Amino acid sequence: MSLIDTINNLLKIIGDAVANLVQNILGPGLGADLIVMGLGALALCTVAALTFMAMTWAERKVVARIQSRVGPNQAGPFGLLQPIADGIKMFTKEDTTPTSADRWVYNAAPLIIATFALLTFAVFPIAPGVVGTNLNIGVFFVIAVGSASTVAILMAGWGSNNKYSLLGAFRTVAQLVGYEVPMLLNVIPVIVLAGSMGLADIVQRQTLADGNPGIPFIVYLPLSALAFFIAGVAETGRSPFDLLEAESEIVAGFHVEYSGMKFALFMLGEYVNTLAVSIVFATLFLGGYAGPILPPYLWLALKTALVFFVFMWLRGTLPRVRVDQLMSLNWKVLVPMSVVNIIAVIILAKVFVTSPGLQAANGGILVTPATQAAILFVANIAILLSGLAIVARRARVLRLAEERQLESRRQANRAAVSGFAGGAPAK
Amino acid sequence: MRTDFAFIGVMLITAFLLMGVAVFAASLLRPKKPSQAKLETYECGMETVGDAWVQFRVQYYIFALIFVLFDVGGVLLFPFAVAFNVVPIYAVLVVSLFLGTLMAALLYAWRKGALQWD
Repeated sequence: MSLIDTINNLLKIIGDAVANLVQNILGPGLGADLIVMGLGALALCTVAALTFMAMTWAERKVVARIQSRVGPNQAGPFGLLQPIADGIKMFTKEDTTPTSADRWVYNAAPLIIATFALLTFAVFPIAPGVVGTNLNIGVFFVIAVGSASTVAILMAGWGSNNKYSLLGAFRTVAQLVGYEVPMLLNVIPVIVLAGSMGLADIVQRQTLADGNPGIPFIVYLPLSALAFFIAGVAETGRSPFDLLEAESEIVAGFHVEYSGMKFALFMLGEYVNTLAVSIVFATLFLGGYAGPILPPYLWLALKTALVFFVFMWLRGTLPRVRVDQLMSLNWKVLVPMSVVNIIAVIILAKVFVTSPGLQAANGGILVTPATQAAILFVANIAILLSGLAIVARRARVLRLAEERQLESRRQANRAAVSGFAGGAPAK
Repeated sequence: MRTDFAFIGVMLITAFLLMGVAVFAASLLRPKKPSQAKLETYECGMETVGDAWVQFRVQYYIFALIFVLFDVGGVLLFPFAVAFNVVPIYAVLVVSLFLGTLMAALLYAWRKGALQWD
């Protein structure tokens, strides 16, 4: 095996070596299997937690740059030790539970959000053959487990017995629950094209037979990618959709009563969820670990970092949306567009098939993958543009009506004032 | 298949224990000097009047109902999407009709003002 192969398969080689070692010591059996699984799970959790620390640093630095600030620069070179300083602070802070809070619900919420955020990492394919477990319902699992954060946030808001927390929890119900729909609907076209819900299969479908990257699904489905991304931002409760913890309105929303380690767990849960959405986006739409020259795990890291950079960029530039705008965007724009998109994709993908076998079975027109991608791309863009045109038209109508109303009120005011000037009661 | 989900179970337990250990370790390290003022609801702000455990507005319930509509619809779409390559074109039309029905329901809710947030 050449050096390059060794580097490319580094994670797999290490994993196999550890598994062999454990089996040599304990002998093959259920116990050894469980320990290997436990070690794998521990490694995934550790990587996720370390990435969380790096993400907090990166986010503060990048957002600071966007806002013409310096960001953390005191702890270590470039403030690199800032996450460790934060960790020490979190560990040594006093932790209070308000007397009026529901103790069990209050204390369980941070544990639940952090645990389920980490659990999604069980199915992400990091490199060929390197995956916690290659579930055949991968995407479904990620969405299902990801929605546990809704329950945890609701528990935190309700359990705190604080009115600001409860407001945060209310908004969560409306927001996180609502944005789950476009998220769910926009993975359907991807599954249609990939023919599988397994994340590894979806990556495989975006890879050519020789291991080089093929056409990523973002080219096939730009509208799905956009809608999925917007839903992902809302689903992780990040700016500009951070209504559930809006500092300037409801101080910190659902986690206002938390301090110390429990607060840190909320932060961890939130960032790990963001990381999970970034990885899912990179896997579904950007081709996952497939890429030339560099080792696969580095490609996945690069693509994830790119997606996360867009997350940070949004946070640094956009103001928070209003709650009614948030709901309208979801139910009146994203959901109808996604449904129309699904119908278009399933019809087009059935008519324009890429393999002779499918043509023989169901009929249709045989095209190359590139042509199919081009057709779907044009259809997606057409739906997106016509959707935006309808929204713009509607917005124009509303704006004109509002202006007309303002104008008539102004005229009424003017009439009142001038009437006063002409015939003011003299005394 | 069974070992696939065994890993999920192991991962769940590992993640939960890891987080539990973090909370427990912090409880050993941190100071613990509770006082009555410190343990009040919204400790550093105004004194809270009344209980926070109130009834939800009915609007949230309506949105949750629409969500359930689409969630169940979405769950029905997943098997179709996986079997897409083997189903005939007839099935595509049926699913389009199904999605059209969902959209009709959404439009109905829209016209009824259920999507109006105020």
